Amino acid sequence: MSAAPQAVLRDCRETPVLRERGQREVFCGLTGIVWLHRKMQDAFFLVVGSRTCAHLIQSAAGVMIFAEPRFGTAILTDRDLAGIADANDELDRVCATLLERRPDITTLFLVGSCPSEVIKLDLAKAAERLNGRFLPRVRVLSYSGSGIETTFTQGEDNALRALVPSLPRSEERQLLVVGCLADVVEDQFRRCFDALGIGPVRFLPARRAADLPAVGPGTLLLAAQPFVGETVRALVARGARLLASPYPFGAEGTTAWLTTAAQSFGVPAERVRTVLAPLEERARASLARYRDVLAGRRLFLMPDSQLELPLARFLNREMGMELVEVGTPYLDRMMVGEELPLLPAGVTLSEGQDVERQLERVRAAQPDITVCGLGLANPLEAEGLTTKWSIELVFTPIHGYDQCGDLAEVFARPLDRRRRLAL
Amino acid sequence: MQLTLWTYEGPPHVGAMRIAASMEGVHYVLHAPQGDTYADLLFTMIERQDRRPPVSYTTFQARDLGGDTATLVKDAVARAFERFQPEVLLVGESCTAELIQDQAGALAVSLALPVPVVPLELPAYSKKENWGAAETLYQLVRSLLKDRVPPPGAARPSRPEGRPPRANILGPTRLGFRCRDDVAEITALLAQLGIEVNAVVPLGATAGDIRRLPDADFNVDLYPEVGRTTAAWLKRCFGMPCTQVVPMGVGATREFVAEVARLAGVDPSPVLGLEHPGRAGLGASASRLPWYSRSVDSTYLTGKRVFIFADATHAIAAARVASEEMGLTVVGLGTYSREFARDVREAAQRYGVEALVTDDYLEVESAIAAASPELVLGTQMERHIAKRLGVACAVISAPIHVQDVPARYSPVLGFEGANVLFDSWVHPLMMGLEEHLLQMFRGDFEFHDGASASHLHAVARPTPAAAFAAEPAAAPAVAGGSEPAWTREGEEELRKIPFFVRGKARRNTERFAAERGMKVITIETLYEAKAHFGR
Ligand code: SF4
Ligand code: SF4
Repeated sequence: MSAAPQAVLRDCRETPVLRERGQREVFCGLTGIVWLHRKMQDAFFLVVGSRTCAHLIQSAAGVMIFAEPRFGTAILTDRDLAGIADANDELDRVCATLLERRPDITTLFLVGSCPSEVIKLDLAKAAERLNGRFLPRVRVLSYSGSGIETTFTQGEDNALRALVPSLPRSEERQLLVVGCLADVVEDQFRRCFDALGIGPVRFLPARRAADLPAVGPGTLLLAAQPFVGETVRALVARGARLLASPYPFGAEGTTAWLTTAAQSFGVPAERVRTVLAPLEERARASLARYRDVLAGRRLFLMPDSQLELPLARFLNREMGMELVEVGTPYLDRMMVGEELPLLPAGVTLSEGQDVERQLERVRAAQPDITVCGLGLANPLEAEGLTTKWSIELVFTPIHGYDQCGDLAEVFARPLDRRRRLAL
Repeated sequence: MQLTLWTYEGPPHVGAMRIAASMEGVHYVLHAPQGDTYADLLFTMIERQDRRPPVSYTTFQARDLGGDTATLVKDAVARAFERFQPEVLLVGESCTAELIQDQAGALAVSLALPVPVVPLELPAYSKKENWGAAETLYQLVRSLLKDRVPPPGAARPSRPEGRPPRANILGPTRLGFRCRDDVAEITALLAQLGIEVNAVVPLGATAGDIRRLPDADFNVDLYPEVGRTTAAWLKRCFGMPCTQVVPMGVGATREFVAEVARLAGVDPSPVLGLEHPGRAGLGASASRLPWYSRSVDSTYLTGKRVFIFADATHAIAAARVASEEMGLTVVGLGTYSREFARDVREAAQRYGVEALVTDDYLEVESAIAAASPELVLGTQMERHIAKRLGVACAVISAPIHVQDVPARYSPVLGFEGANVLFDSWVHPLMMGLEEHLLQMFRGDFEFHDGASASHLHAVARPTPAAAFAAEPAAAPAVAGGSEPAWTREGEEELRKIPFFVRGKARRNTERFAAERGMKVITIETLYEAKAHFGR
């Protein structure tokens, strides 16, 4: 992170991108465990890492809801660092104890961290070794959630990517929705697909990690999250085809997303309209009450979850917000190719981060609302800026028609508070 | 490798951050990957700090390894110095950087910056947060004072005639428990004795304050977990005496006053003259606790079972307050501060319990379930345990959460601190008169099992009985393994017992029956057991 020049590159779409390399103020991929373990109720996530890793997850989770959560950290100690052979034995011991105590677990994810990667503890080998012992009762998989390899939501991508080799093969023509969705949203989408006559539809991840969807040449992929690029690439390698689409945020995005699927399944345009129009109308109605609050307001998105581009598109096109800067930790053009053209011309996109410089831009621009991480929110509020913490966007259901109002409200509330407080 | 679900303490570099974030003009450069920046939120969210902790991270990535991570460190240090213009720089490594052995501290020193650079070596794979805080404070104090250390054997200059005695307050930090208000309370207490506070370190301190530490006559170590190492060094090198008593509770505060008066060579009577141990009424103390504990309403507190788990300082002090100043029965005492295990073990002996020294959250949970307390005094972790078990709880120590940083003034040290302890421990319990009424009207539908005290939120909470009954560890399995079964009449009678004591009644009865090899539990067994065990 030397004081690198801020290169302004140009891509085919003439979107200038500010590339920055400096101090990043983002979580690492371990954070994904917080929502992944809620989704896959039969999976356990075992981080092989340090006390820092354990503390990070605990701090990101915020409150403890469970006595025995389905995640934990095998904390490396001096002894493990002294010899890799011993560390492997220790890991086997910890896993055996864990699985003995938790007969409800069918999938165990070994999650790599910075320390485990630096000492080159091979978790893929460990998973293989443990599978020899625990299959078929438990499948052991491994992925990296480390901060030297992954940023925040990339952890989910890696976790899902780790499931891909285990998916059974099928020639069947089917739709596979990729990316973690809240159960309530998954059910809503399922009803939509049913009404459109699209099927079979499967979801990755499924609610039980053991219920692995099949994949093959008949599989059409619809990404529910922009950050599942590596998973998509692995599925494509297994014969599936990606349906490029804007993401289902906002009424417009949701219609585009469902329509992409419908077209690929040959659903007649008339039917698509009949099914989606009332839903879209309801969604637009739910957005209307927030439009006054948000329209014309200037928005600055710090890089965090990779949801920034689709969210910026929604807030700009449907809520009338002005985009000051749209930051993203990583710009995966395969995944956001349909979003980029929907952004207003001349928008400032930034990739990567140099947090001090970015904060200078925030202060100079004085946006009406800044979307940022938890570490920055209160300090910015104290400077008189209004903020929204980005982590809420991955913890709350915001996809689909019936969450449109909730999504808009997430941004409207800080402004509303500002309006109310007479202090 | 140690399987951990929840941790009481963060890694040692978070302790170093607490020191840096407590002070003014100090900046900490941490060689660490991007994810480690999560620690900022501890300060900005939990404590609602209105500025970022003064920490820069190198946020090195995998692609930097093998390359020149050392340059990253140097650049980060140079830029942090330029941007933040600190008076002192702390430079250290998190767990991952420790493995790549860039020697961040030494690299920073080699830059020859015009301010003191304190390299920190905090072994991340064997030590934890409080140790890291203590060690950082010690390294910082040592490096800022090394020029001032008098030659060994040099006599300590005596206080000039006419200058009031001065004390330093050591140990208060950000993310500590109620430190801000404790410092205000103790400063006021010292002022009553005519003792000036020379420096408070590290909370609110500058490098200049640290340099002035030897100008005081003695040190007040309010939080030994953080302050003890530094206090010991100041004693060794500067001959500065240090307090041993932590003034939590009325008795300890009185002792503390006597101790500081002795160290300062002043008359304690401006404070102790108002204290009347053994006397009743509001005039007995500057604190209302002694009279409140003696008031009629508080008989319902008498003998209530309390389980205490916290950092060593707060745990030991809370046990004394609970037992001597509120008449509770200590049924469990423990700490996650292994460095202070001996102190806690000694204290536990006084209450006839075995100290629980662990940082395994599950172990604490099962110990609490087994002890079936009526009140848990703990950290924010025990709050969750207690909630699950349906037991009243008050937080007395870090680790804290946002609700443990109240807007109002609420110290836990000194006389006002004792008032706060009384209120905050009694509040979660059933109020005395209310408990009485519940007994009288227990057949009425309003007083069903799920009813909580009227002054608390109307939340459906598990009854202690249900929670404890669901806890396998709490069911005593005695010889033969066949547990006695409840008859229907026995169960019905049990249900007539108020829910807040029913769990204990159930367990006592089952134990009574099992020990006597009884196969069934009837109404008679229930009352025989009641007679056997007392309340
Ligand atoms: S998006 Fe494709 S075409 Fe455009 S710059 Fe990138 S690689 Fe080239
Ligand atoms: S950045 Fe690395 S060391 Fe830090 S919490 Fe994440 S995985 Fe652990």
